[in-house]
Amino acid sequence: MEHTEVTVMEDIFERNDKIALETNQALSERGIFTVNIMGAPGVGKTTFLVRLIQLLAKPAFVIEGDIESDIDTKKLLDLGIAALQLNTGGACHLESTIIADAVKTVSLENGYLFIENIGNLVCPAEFIIGEHIKLLISTVTEGSDKPYKYPLAFEKADVIIINKADLSAYVDFDEAYFIKGIQALNKNAPIFKVSAKTGEGFGEVAAWITEQAKQINSSIKK
Amino acid sequence: MHELSITKQIVAICEDFAGKHSASKVTKINLVVGEATGYIAESIRFYFDILAKDSICKDAKITLETVKPLLLCTSCQQYFERVPFSFDCPLCGGQGEPTEIGREFYVKSIEIEE
Repeated sequence: MEHTEVTVMEDIFERNDKIALETNQALSERGIFTVNIMGAPGVGKTTFLVRLIQLLAKPAFVIEGDIESDIDTKKLLDLGIAALQLNTGGACHLESTIIADAVKTVSLENGYLFIENIGNLVCPAEFIIGEHIKLLISTVTEGSDKPYKYPLAFEKADVIIINKADLSAYVDFDEAYFIKGIQALNKNAPIFKVSAKTGEGFGEVAAWITEQAKQINSSIKK
Repeated sequence: MHELSITKQIVAICEDFAGKHSASKVTKINLVVGEATGYIAESIRFYFDILAKDSICKDAKITLETVKPLLLCTSCQQYFERVPFSFDCPLCGGQGEPTEIGREFYVKSIEIEE
């Protein structure tokens, strides 16, 4: 039997990215500024969103991505925040197909869509899902070596949050080393230090997000 | 689970190209994988055996060409491999910045029987 070699040269992310770009375009047309929220488990992604959404002038909707459970969605709904739960059934990140379907059911025009990705510092950074920006939440309690251990997440982020600032006095967080690592990877992302527990620093974050949303267009950073 | 969805894409890409070339069987899949992507060859092969069992790609051999990630020094403009917990250039001490080298992840070619 004769074997023939066929040149393929197709990027394995290409099909995911194509759907993400279509979703991004559709969201832009609906006036929905979309933020992909990334961070390790326990950094306070949901608590951060509760604080932030209270300070935004336009309506917000949250898509909660979790491997299983709907604890976070219940918490948001109880507070009067519109939310939808997605369960990946074991998958460690969200992909563009599941988001493309989900956004069609989201009843929102002219506002903010926050997509809380699976708690994981590795693969969510590899998949664009339709967002306008990626917001990465890190914390003083995780340790200052995170940009060095998970460089892709810090490189791809458009804005980086250092949460749990209220605990700074109790942990040995080397902020200069942390920021040096980010600056090597990412010269553009602003860094905000906040406490989702006390509300410290959220005014600045809300002002920055509001400003970004004014420049809504169908750009997407891979 | 990290490699599951990615392996589905690999099978889909290979099926498409095999179909376009009227192949009866895909015997080999040649991938290029940058080490910065974090994808593990053994895991891809494991999922591949399950996902491809009813497809034209069943029993295809998978080869992986890996690429070491390189940073570019912003001072001396040399490419270098980073050491853990640092992005500094080992040659001049300058700051390294990320490059696309080591991010590759694509199906380079397939071998088919017609």
